[in-house]
Amino acid sequence: MKSGSNLERVIASGKPAVTAELGPPMSADPHEVIKKAGMLKGYCDAANITDCQTAVVRISSIAAAVLALQAGLEPVMQMTCRDRNRIAIQADILGAAALGLKNCLCIAGDHQSFSAAGRLKGHPGAKNVYDVDSIQLVGILKKMRDESLQEGGDKLEVPPKLFIGAAFTPGGDPMDYRPYRLKKKVDAGADFIQTQGIYDIEMFRKQMEVVRNLGVHERTAILGGIIVPRSAMMLKYMDASVAGVSVPPALIQRMMKARDAAGDDKKKAKELQEAEGIRIAVELIRQVLEIPGIKGVHIQAIEWESAMPEIVKAAGLYPRPTFND
Amino acid sequence: MIVGEQKPFDEVWEMVRSFKKVLVFGCNTCVAICHAGGGKEAEILASLIRMKAAQEGVAMEVDHLAVERHCEPEYFTPVMEKVRTYDLVLSTACGVGVNFLSERIGTIPVYPGIDTGFFGAVPQAGVFTELCAGCGKCILHLTGGICPVARCSKSLMNGPCGGTNKGKCEISPEVDCAWYLIVERMKQLGTLDKLYEVQPPRNWSTGLYGGPRRVVLEHIRDLEEQDEKQESQAGGTDK
Repeated sequence: MKSGSNLERVIASGKPAVTAELGPPMSADPHEVIKKAGMLKGYCDAANITDCQTAVVRISSIAAAVLALQAGLEPVMQMTCRDRNRIAIQADILGAAALGLKNCLCIAGDHQSFSAAGRLKGHPGAKNVYDVDSIQLVGILKKMRDESLQEGGDKLEVPPKLFIGAAFTPGGDPMDYRPYRLKKKVDAGADFIQTQGIYDIEMFRKQMEVVRNLGVHERTAILGGIIVPRSAMMLKYMDASVAGVSVPPALIQRMMKARDAAGDDKKKAKELQEAEGIRIAVELIRQVLEIPGIKGVHIQAIEWESAMPEIVKAAGLYPRPTFND
Repeated sequence: MIVGEQKPFDEVWEMVRSFKKVLVFGCNTCVAICHAGGGKEAEILASLIRMKAAQEGVAMEVDHLAVERHCEPEYFTPVMEKVRTYDLVLSTACGVGVNFLSERIGTIPVYPGIDTGFFGAVPQAGVFTELCAGCGKCILHLTGGICPVARCSKSLMNGPCGGTNKGKCEISPEVDCAWYLIVERMKQLGTLDKLYEVQPPRNWSTGLYGGPRRVVLEHIRDLEEQDEKQESQAGGTDK
């Protein structure tokens, strides 16, 4: 075992792994993290704790990950390259490992201009760092763990035992280069991969075929990304505006039909769309898990953690494996 | 070339309003090409300041002047005597020019009349784009002649992030994704395989992060010193 994390053990067992997502609050209050952790506990093998997603200031990933861990949920801390240079990254990695964290997802992170894209003021004037990119970050973590060396070459007395993750956007353009970039992440040392949300199963099947031809699926555990749709509007927005995500028109139609069935009743329209969204998520999970080379799913019920139990149960992924010791 | 933009006039006025004798000093190289700070722009800015001073009832003498370059002493040495008769020089040269003149002018303040932006090119009249970051370690042979340090919003070294959207950068649909361009260019050149290798963390110390930079060419410096010596010796025998 590289890290001995629960996620690594589930993947090693050969059973499909399930990861979830937990977004920390814009607040110093730990209770929201603890509450969300309680909802997810038992319904996933580990949950990603986002690192100031969309460049909005929140409880730091490491601190929230420790809160989740204390609440009985295994966290996957996320580490972006946006806010830290290699000195801060490695210092935080040592600290995280010392605090008992065992999984780390390495990502570039949204540009700071995102922080003001919605209703928030954000910090679009912040300076970004990007001293290293996500692939280099994976390499740094691997060197720390496997060679007990810092990036600069100095020795670590006790290396951080982390299960190293990275992201894959199969539908991002230029699409024909994406599988090769995924291979670079695995060459750098990524133990597991979580993909961007997939709605277009055909596209994903084709990309996975290229991935298999490169032999990448045998060297890493690829978890297909599922973003649980909550409304027709959300699907349309993701199709139009989220990079690397395309939603087939048939899925949008299904959600619109569910919405329209409620007539003018807004509350009912919400309920019907949410129920349809859960059905769509479950279908996507089943389809993704059937693709050769897929080792699990990364389910994101964004600000809707309460939907996880129903989805995981309906997808036949409950109960989650446990290990005696 | 170095690309700059004129500062908002209100900001300029706040800088100059308390001075009595102001010289707007233009540079006729890069900043003239980008219509920010050449002789013509210096002349217009001087007129604007005069008009504003008149409007506000402020007594102020404002002149303008321009030389070919502000980054080499020989270009402004001939006018230094005149320049030193003002109590403020508002330089419309790039930041290099402002620094360089400040070091040489004595006790007269030199203020910036423009905002200096970047190293860029002129793809069409009136459009200026950033193409080089001056990072001190060129890797353009690995990236199809397209610089990810300057042109990727995250200066990524290993390909496009997940934010590439229809060939554009996640920060704006107006901004090309540099890595999208690099991949397409490398395909055209038949060298895409260069992008299959992991590029290790970079040494950024060759750039601004290593502290202010300086290049010394010993052979050129020695030659100059010899010439100066000979000239002064020659001058000595003549007398």
